[in-house]
Amino acid sequence: MNQTTADVLQISALAAALALVHRPLGDYMAAVYTSRRHLRPERWIYRCVGADPDAEMRWPAYLRGVLAFSAVSLLFLYAMQRFQDRLPMSLGFEPISPDQAFNTAASFTSNTNWQSYAGESAMGHLTQTGGLAVQNFLSAAVGMAVALALVRGFARSRTGELGNFWSDLVRGTVRILTPVSVLAAVVLVATGAIQNFASPHEVQTLSGGGQHISGGAVASQEAIKNLGTNGGGFFNANSAHPFENPTGVSNLLEMFLLLVIPFSLPRTFGKLVGSVRQGYAIAAAMGVIWFAGVIAVTVTEYAHPGSASQLAGAAMEGKETRFGEGGSSLFAVSTTMTSTGSVNSFHDSYSGLSGGVLMLGMMLGEIAPGGVGSGLYGMLMMAVIAVFVAGLMVGRTPEYLGKKIGTRQIKLAACYLLVTPSLVLGGTALAMGLGDGEAAMTNTGAHGFSEVLYAYTSGSNNNGSAFAGFGADTPFLNTSIGLCMLLGRFLPMVFVLALAGSLARQSPVPETAGTLRTGKPLFTGLLVGAALIISGLTFFPALALGPLAEGLV
Amino acid sequence: MSTTTPVRIGPERSGTPEPARPDASSGRTARGPFGPRQLAASLPEALRKLDPRVLVKAPVMFVVAVGSVLTSVLAVTDPGDWFGWAITAWLWLTVLFANLAEAVAEGRGRAQADTLRRARTDAVARRLTADGEEEIPGTALRIGDRVVCEAGDLIPGDGDVVEGVASVDESAITGESAPVIRESGGDRCAVTGGTKVLSDRIVVSVTTKPGETFIDRMISLVEGAARQKTPNEIALNILLASLTVIFLLAVVTLQPFAVYAGAEQSLIVLSALLVCLIPTTIGALLSAIGIAGMDRLVQRNVLATSGRAVEAAGDVSTLLLDKTGTITLGNRQAAEFIPVRDASIGELADAAQLSSLADETPEGRSIVVLAAAEERYGLRERHEGELAHAEWVPFTAGTRMSGVDVDGVSVRKGAAASVTGWVREHGGHVGEEVHGITGRISEAGGTPLVVARRDADGARVLGVVHLKDVVKDGIRERFAALRRMGITTVMITGDNPLTAKAIAAEAGVDDFLAEATPEDKMALIKREQAGGKLVAMTGDGTNDAPALAQADVGVAMNTGTSAAKEAGNMVDLDSDPTKLIDIVEIGKQLLITRGALTTFSLANDIAKYFAIIPAMFTAAYPGLDKLNVMALSTPESAILSAVVFNALIIIALVPLALRGVRYRPIEADKLLRRNLGIYGLGGLIAPFLGIKIIDLLISLIPGIG
Repeated sequence: MNQTTADVLQISALAAALALVHRPLGDYMAAVYTSRRHLRPERWIYRCVGADPDAEMRWPAYLRGVLAFSAVSLLFLYAMQRFQDRLPMSLGFEPISPDQAFNTAASFTSNTNWQSYAGESAMGHLTQTGGLAVQNFLSAAVGMAVALALVRGFARSRTGELGNFWSDLVRGTVRILTPVSVLAAVVLVATGAIQNFASPHEVQTLSGGGQHISGGAVASQEAIKNLGTNGGGFFNANSAHPFENPTGVSNLLEMFLLLVIPFSLPRTFGKLVGSVRQGYAIAAAMGVIWFAGVIAVTVTEYAHPGSASQLAGAAMEGKETRFGEGGSSLFAVSTTMTSTGSVNSFHDSYSGLSGGVLMLGMMLGEIAPGGVGSGLYGMLMMAVIAVFVAGLMVGRTPEYLGKKIGTRQIKLAACYLLVTPSLVLGGTALAMGLGDGEAAMTNTGAHGFSEVLYAYTSGSNNNGSAFAGFGADTPFLNTSIGLCMLLGRFLPMVFVLALAGSLARQSPVPETAGTLRTGKPLFTGLLVGAALIISGLTFFPALALGPLAEGLV
Repeated sequence: MSTTTPVRIGPERSGTPEPARPDASSGRTARGPFGPRQLAASLPEALRKLDPRVLVKAPVMFVVAVGSVLTSVLAVTDPGDWFGWAITAWLWLTVLFANLAEAVAEGRGRAQADTLRRARTDAVARRLTADGEEEIPGTALRIGDRVVCEAGDLIPGDGDVVEGVASVDESAITGESAPVIRESGGDRCAVTGGTKVLSDRIVVSVTTKPGETFIDRMISLVEGAARQKTPNEIALNILLASLTVIFLLAVVTLQPFAVYAGAEQSLIVLSALLVCLIPTTIGALLSAIGIAGMDRLVQRNVLATSGRAVEAAGDVSTLLLDKTGTITLGNRQAAEFIPVRDASIGELADAAQLSSLADETPEGRSIVVLAAAEERYGLRERHEGELAHAEWVPFTAGTRMSGVDVDGVSVRKGAAASVTGWVREHGGHVGEEVHGITGRISEAGGTPLVVARRDADGARVLGVVHLKDVVKDGIRERFAALRRMGITTVMITGDNPLTAKAIAAEAGVDDFLAEATPEDKMALIKREQAGGKLVAMTGDGTNDAPALAQADVGVAMNTGTSAAKEAGNMVDLDSDPTKLIDIVEIGKQLLITRGALTTFSLANDIAKYFAIIPAMFTAAYPGLDKLNVMALSTPESAILSAVVFNALIIIALVPLALRGVRYRPIEADKLLRRNLGIYGLGGLIAPFLGIKIIDLLISLIPGIG
């Protein structure tokens, strides 16, 4: 089998698996979030935190729940790292510095999992498993909860009520993330990933030097890291590490995990708004962008000029031979476009143009298919903008799913649209202007600039992957990227929930022949165009000075 | 007595009544051609709009103005730099062009306002007091005052006739020179200030304060003084403002990146980039589009009290249409002659025509016409005078028939019961057949008229004339078009359900409300609205007022009562109910024009990037020259070309903004595909061509290329 056939088969297998699973999973998630029954463990949790899971919340209450819960998580994670030396199973590691502890806490509560530390040489078992891995579940469940609140905004009418945050959070964790990741972890162990609480092994290498081999609860973290589109690896090498991602099979499974919920949520959305077509139009828009990205990066990497690449048959620097060009490119696009940020190859090593595509994937606002929950609400916000302009072109006050897109709705969508570009461009400009960015670069010229741009893009969009080599552990970068991650996560949620509230209060407008059909390919095309043009126009100058300057020679 | 001279509305409205009047169906949209003269005339107003307090209201153009000031300062500090001056000049022109677009749109309304203002003279009012009457200025009138108007007087204010009947010349507001009758009581009691009593004497009870009369409102509306941003316009402005902020951010943050790349940019270049990126095209034309939309209504002689109503018209999903005047011609007309067995059709037609010669009602005339038009009956058109000895029997409510007695022959035509009664009275026999025919006609929604003849042989029924409502030409197609637009039509009629159903089927309306009372109408509107639909209706009577107020778009007929005019949010000066359909189209056209130009404006940015980015950074990164796909001659020329294109496209699109994007009543999807093709794809391609051409021209200038 030649390389191209293998790559095509791999993409086809992934797409087929997603197509097969999205339906039962999407329907299951719709059932989970609409069920009236509480499981026994869920009731215990509600009793512990003193929440009434049946009380309907209006958007301010829902938002208060999201923010309060995340603030507590942030403080808890910060404290855990600062007092790591006094915790059991610390493996003798020192407390983390204040700025890095803040950065890491912000990173894991915002579902970013940007890591300015190397996991195996800085964090003890309890911090990794009891702190960071727990947030992998909870931050993901928060994103799904907010997405569900927005979906309810579209589905409900003449009410301000968006459901109950605590119940959404707990159900997402208990009924969706936990069972799937347990299953996935078992399969990963079967493919060779490790799972233990062992102390590091000291081994003697053949050349006589000493080597320090760490163990830990790797497979379990690997499963939720991808399923929850988190991305924070147990090891610094992340999914390129053979203990995390040992074979091509595990690689395919991990890509499946990081795409499966984002691609299934549109089905849940369609179910809940009463028209599966609407969900498919959204999923198709996500799929088109993702697929275009995969093709662009794969082709560019194969075509990469240079004598070393020619000899290897492709640009293999920074890539694992067990995944090859296809498995690496596919993973890279999937991880940047899902706000996951786990990596099985070094994005830093990709050719200039591919690096640009990976960045653009994030710059779109993580919507193709985006993070768990955040991808859906991000794409729906983009749909609101697209509907507004297109709706005008059919001569009606724009409406989406029977809800009018008026002044308040467009105001909130516009605010949402402003957040990440402000953080990405503002953060990068600050770092470049103050010189902190240049100091942290390991490369010079356009590629060096790409490292800084990538860092702020990844942080603000809650992706978490990095152009490896970028020395991110400085007080300035820890603090500024930390702030970008927090603002990039929670500010948009404010606008999403406010919009959900305003939509839920409306009474639906009946569909007529004069209504823009949003469940059709034409609308999907429009949505893709709107996303690409708006983000493309915003970031084109910055991309021109980084990836384009490097790639166009 | 009033001493003011009669008022005419102005040159274009005086003289013959019809030529200057818009024909609703012809889709006339522009008043006079748009050309350089209009631009030149609007120039002073455009310059006045450079006032920062005016500019700040349009965020996009305000940013351009700030950029212009900035580059002006920079150009002054470095006077030898031709590039700085050129960019500065074109940035100012961009602002000026935007102002010009608005000024031209406003100018069209102002011309109309001026003619109206001439109608608003300070008439002297003869106010009735307890002991006679006193003369006071019209401006001193208060609501509830009663004033007397006699032939030759100008009516001093809006009000209702409470006493008397008069013919009134309303050409000042409607342009219609034929006088109309205004009388106390009923639905024809409203009079408008500034119109002139031609005959008789009426007492008017004043219903509006001076300064708030209909003409005052009309003036401020067409002038745009009362113009408030509509909800959709506000929403679009927010989107444009946020895009402006995003691009501002993209440009401001570019400098530190450029410094790192070793390609620091001058503020002039950055200003040029910013102005090219922010959506100036739609930002410049947005208010002109709104003003022109209102103006298009005014040109069709419809006054909307708010732009909000115009937008709502585009969203309407249910139209309530009165049958009479909208769907059918005002009167029933003869459609067919049905002879009974022992009479020939020629005989019947001849008798029917003869009996109708004296009948001046529209129904009577239609019989004469039908008989004459149908050559197969072998008749020629006859006139009353031809029959010298005829004795005409006019139609009365008592006899319910009309006819003629001539040379011993009597012909009668009228209601079935009356005519058959007449036949029996004269010894004739009426067969069952007649009842069968009349019954069938009634069932089909028509009105049967029986024609009988009495001569030496006695009296007998010749046959039946089928009178029916005549559905207006082309109305069926219009309803089909509305259906494609997703609009449901409901016919409102006082007819019985049987008749209503027949007409509804013939006209192709979706639904009908028979034997409709004002309460029924109200209930129907509320029911539709409860389902989330927007409802439009027309009305003229006082009892329509609640429904007009409840409807989202209520169009009052100018001939209607002031209560109706107050309740509705539009007034149709022509009192043509069919115009509701035009109003819906204008509403849609307004929104489409906004959407299309927004799409165009955004799509334009791509080409501008390909012009400006390589120009800025090719020196630092030679590879970026590959982005210079237009092969523009020099960096300066590339940037200048983009700025020039950006400015010129505004002027180029002014006619489109004023005229509106053409609306076709087709399905939403097809409409979207079409508009996306023209304005999305067109917006993508046009600037590549435009910038290239401008660059070729600029490179011809010696010392630059």
